[in-house]
Amino acid sequence: MPQVATIAVSILFDGLAYAMFLFITAVGLSVTMGLMNFVNLAHGAFAMAGGYFVVSLTQSYGVDFISSLIIASVLVGLISIRFERRLYRPLYKAGELDQVLLTIGLAFMAIAAFTFFYGPIPKSVPLPQWLQGNVDLGFRAFPRYRAFLIVLGLFLVAVLWYGFERTNIGARIRAAVDNRRMAESVGINVDLLFTVTFAIGSGLAALGGGLAIQLFGLTPYFAVLYLVLFLIVVAVGGLGSLKGTLMAALLLGIVDTAGKYLIAEAGGFFIYVITVIVLLLKPAGFYGRQ
Amino acid sequence: MAGNDISSGPGNAGRAQARHEAAEFLLRRHRFRPAEALPWLIAIAAFFVFPDRMTFGSQVLVMILFAISLDLILGYAGIVTLGHAAFFGVGAYTVGLASARLGWTEPISGLFAAAIMAALAGFISGWFLLRYRGLTLLMLTLATAIMILETGNFRSDITGGYDGMPGLVFQPVLGMFEYDLYGRTNYLYALAVLAVVFFFVRRIVYSPFGQALTGIRENVRRMHAIGSPVHRRLVTVYTIAAAIAGVAGALFTQTNAYVTLTVFDFDTSAKVLVMLILGGTGRLYGAFIGAAVYLILEDHLSKLSPTFWQFGIGILLLVTVLFARRGILGVIEDLGRFRSWKGRIRMVPGRIVWSNVQWKGIGMAAFDGALIGLAVGFAANVGRTNLLWSWFVTEPLSVLAWTAAGAALVAAINIGYLVYAERSATGSTPR
Amino acid sequence: MVERALELDMVRAGYGETVVLEDVALAVAPDEIVSIIGRNGVGKSTLLATIMGHTNLHGGRVLLHGRDISHVATYRRVVDGLGYVPQEREIFPSLTLRENLEVAARPGPWTVETVFELFPRLSERAANRGNQLSGGEQQMLAIGRALIGNPTVLLMDEPSEGLAPVIVEELTRAVKRLTKAGGLAIVLVEQNSRLALDIAPRAVVMDRGRIVYDGPSATLRDDPVKLEQLIGVVKS
Repeated sequence: MPQVATIAVSILFDGLAYAMFLFITAVGLSVTMGLMNFVNLAHGAFAMAGGYFVVSLTQSYGVDFISSLIIASVLVGLISIRFERRLYRPLYKAGELDQVLLTIGLAFMAIAAFTFFYGPIPKSVPLPQWLQGNVDLGFRAFPRYRAFLIVLGLFLVAVLWYGFERTNIGARIRAAVDNRRMAESVGINVDLLFTVTFAIGSGLAALGGGLAIQLFGLTPYFAVLYLVLFLIVVAVGGLGSLKGTLMAALLLGIVDTAGKYLIAEAGGFFIYVITVIVLLLKPAGFYGRQ
Repeated sequence: MAGNDISSGPGNAGRAQARHEAAEFLLRRHRFRPAEALPWLIAIAAFFVFPDRMTFGSQVLVMILFAISLDLILGYAGIVTLGHAAFFGVGAYTVGLASARLGWTEPISGLFAAAIMAALAGFISGWFLLRYRGLTLLMLTLATAIMILETGNFRSDITGGYDGMPGLVFQPVLGMFEYDLYGRTNYLYALAVLAVVFFFVRRIVYSPFGQALTGIRENVRRMHAIGSPVHRRLVTVYTIAAAIAGVAGALFTQTNAYVTLTVFDFDTSAKVLVMLILGGTGRLYGAFIGAAVYLILEDHLSKLSPTFWQFGIGILLLVTVLFARRGILGVIEDLGRFRSWKGRIRMVPGRIVWSNVQWKGIGMAAFDGALIGLAVGFAANVGRTNLLWSWFVTEPLSVLAWTAAGAALVAAINIGYLVYAERSATGSTPR
Repeated sequence: MVERALELDMVRAGYGETVVLEDVALAVAPDEIVSIIGRNGVGKSTLLATIMGHTNLHGGRVLLHGRDISHVATYRRVVDGLGYVPQEREIFPSLTLRENLEVAARPGPWTVETVFELFPRLSERAANRGNQLSGGEQQMLAIGRALIGNPTVLLMDEPSEGLAPVIVEELTRAVKRLTKAGGLAIVLVEQNSRLALDIAPRAVVMDRGRIVYDGPSATLRDDPVKLEQLIGVVKS
C-alpha cells in the first residue's frame, strides 16, 4: 500500500477510536450542560472514578473487563445522583463562576482521594483474550482494542440517537433543553428529568474512563488532563446536541491524531486553533442554541 | 450601586447639582480610610518579624499582584476567565527571554517591557474574545492560554520548555540595591512595585470608569441600552489587567531568577482564581487576604502531605462557594454587622425549620453525612486491612461509630447553616 | 358553597423583589369563562404567570380545586389540572408539531387526533418542526398543546396577538366550541377587549396591578363609556 494511504488509514483508524472515546465521555456533559446550563468541571472526575472502579474490579475482584465496565458505569451513575441533588442543585441559578469553582473543588477532592486510595502510579487493566492483539484485514492489521472501541462507540451513538430522537423521554429532554420553563408548564418534571439525564451522562463518562485506561493509562490527574478536551468537544459541538458532540468528537479526534502523527512536537496545537476559530464564528458551537 | 439619578432635578441647575453630588460621592469613596493602612503595615512588619522567610514573602506579594489583576476583570467587570495565566506567563517570559537570550537585565525597564507585551496580548485577545459570555468565553480564554503554552512548548529550544530557564541574572534595582541571599531586597522591591501598581488600580476603581465597569458587571443589557460603550470598556480593563498580570509575572521571574512553562498552566489560572474567591472579589483587599492565606496554608499543609493539601483546597472551594461566597472579607464584614443583630437574633428560626420539607432535607443531609463518615472511617482503617469488607465484618462497632459521627456532624452543620441563613435574610442586604 | 376551580386569595406577587399584583382576589367556577382585560403593563400576564408559579409570591394564596398550590412546583400544577397558553406561544422549536403535542399529553378525552379535529390545519403540518410553523399555526399548536394535557382550568395569554383577522376568527370559533363543550374553566387574558367581551360572559378589568371591575361582560359591552373609564385609554 502506498505510504500516504497507509498513513491516512492509520490516522483515520486511530482518530476514529479516539473520537469514539471523546464522544462517549463528553456526550453526557453536553446534554446536561445544555439542559441545565450548568458548567460541570467535575465530569472528568466521574470518568476517572469509572476508570479506577474498573481497575479495582478487574484486579482485586477478578471480574472480567466487560462486566467491570458495566458495573462501574452503573455505580458511578448512581453515586452521581447524590452529588447532583446535594451539591449541584443549589447552584443551578448561580452564575457560571460559582459552578466552575464548586466543580473544580470537587475535581481536586477526587484527585486527592484517588491518589490516597490508589497511589499516583499509572494503572492498567488486564484485557480479555479477544481484545488483545490485532485483527488482520488483509491490507493492514488493526489493534483489536481500538476496533472494539470504534464498534462500541458506533453502537452507543445509534442507541443514544434512538433514545434521544425517537422516544418520549428523548422528546421531553429536547423540549426541556429548548425551553425549560415551558417544559415545566406542560407538566414535565424537569428536575427529575435532569437527575436521570445526569446519572446517565455520568455513567457514560465512567464508561469512557474505563475504556481509556488501555489507551492512555490511568493516573489521578486524568480528571483534569482530559477535562479540557471534553470541554472543547462540548463547546465546539454545541450544548445539548447529540449530533454536535459527535461531529466535534470526530473533527477534534481525527485532527488531533493527524497533528500528532504528522508534526510530533506541535501536534497538540491544532485542536485549540480549531476551537478558537469555530467559537469565534459560531459561539454556540456547531449545533448549539443561542 | 450609586443611587444618584442625574435625570431628576429640573433643568440645568438640577443637573449641575446632581453632577456635583455624584462627584462628591466618588471623592468620598476615593479618600483613604484608616483600615486601609493595615495590610501595608503588616507587610512591612513581616520584613522585620520574619527575616528568614523573605523569599516566601516575595512570592506572596507576586501572587497578590496577580490576584489584583484578576479582581479587576472578575470582581469589577464580571468577566469570567480560565486563561488569565496567559498574561502572567507572557510577562514572566518577556523578562526571562530578555535576560537569557538578549542579555537585558535591567529590572525596572523589564517590568515595563513585560507590561507592554502582556497588554498587547490582552488587547488582541480581548478585542476578539470579549464579545462573548458564559461558557463560550470560558472556553475561548482557556484555549487561548493553552495555545500560548503549546507555542512555548513547541519552541522549547528558545524557551527551555518545561525545564525552564534557570539561573537568570538581573542588575541591582536602580543600580543601588544589591540582591542578597535571603531575598530581602527582592521582598522590598516587590512590595514597592505592588504599592505603586495598587495605587494606580485604586484610582481606576474609584473613577467613573470603575463605576461603569460595575454597571457592566451587574447589568450588561442596561449598559448597552443607555449607550455605554461596553465592548470598548471591557477591552480597556482587560488590557490593563493583562498588563498588571504581566508585571506580576515579570516580578515572579525576577525574584525567582527562574521561569518554566508551568506559569502558563491551567493550574496557575485556577490557583489565582481560588485565591481571589477565598479573599473576596470586588474589594481590592480581598486579593491580599486570599493570596496570603492560601499560600501560607499551602506552605504548611503541603509539607505534611501534598494529597492532603489538594483535598483541602477542594473542600475550601466547596465551603467558600456554598457558605461564604463573598470570601473571607465577606465573612469579616458580616461579623461586623453581627454586632448590631444581637437584639434581633432568633435562636429558633421560626416557621421555616419546623416544616416537613426542611426535616426531609436535613435527613438526606444526614444520610450523606453517614456515607461520608463511613468513607472517612474506611480510609482511616484501610492500612490495617487487606480486603474491602473485612473492616466491616471484624469491627462493626467502629463502622457504626464513624457513620453516626458523620451523620451527626453534617446534620449539625446543616441546622447551623439554616440558622445563619435565616439571620442573614432578616439582617442586612449583601455588600 | 359553590365549588371553585381556581381561586386567588389576596395575592401579592411580582418578579424578584418587585410587586406587580396587589391584593388580587379572584374566583372561577368549574365551567366558567372569564376574560381579563386592561391596558398594557397592568399585570394581566403576571396574573397568569403567578397562577402557573413563575413569579415570586409575596403574599396571599393560589388555590386549585380548593387545594393550596402557592408553593407547589409548576409541573405539579399542570398535572393537577392547569393548562397554559403563553403569550409568546413558546413552541418547542426543535420538536416536530406532533412531538410538541406528545410531550404534553396526559390521559383524558383530548388526544392528538381530537386536537387535529379542532385544528385541521395542524394535521397537515404534523411532521414539521416547531420553528417552521407560521404564527397562526404556532398559536393553534400552543392551544392544542395545553388542551392535550386535559386540564380542568385553561389559562390563555393574549391568543389573538399578532395574528391576521382571518386566523383570529378561526381561533375564536375554536374557543367557542371549547366553551360549549364544557368541563373546562377558561381564563382568557386579552388586549383586544372587544374580542374578549364577545367570547367570555364574565369580564375582569385590571389597572395597575389591581382588579377594578369584576362582573358581566354584557354591562361593559352596552356601556362603552364605562369601559373606557375602567381601562383608561381608548379601547382598540
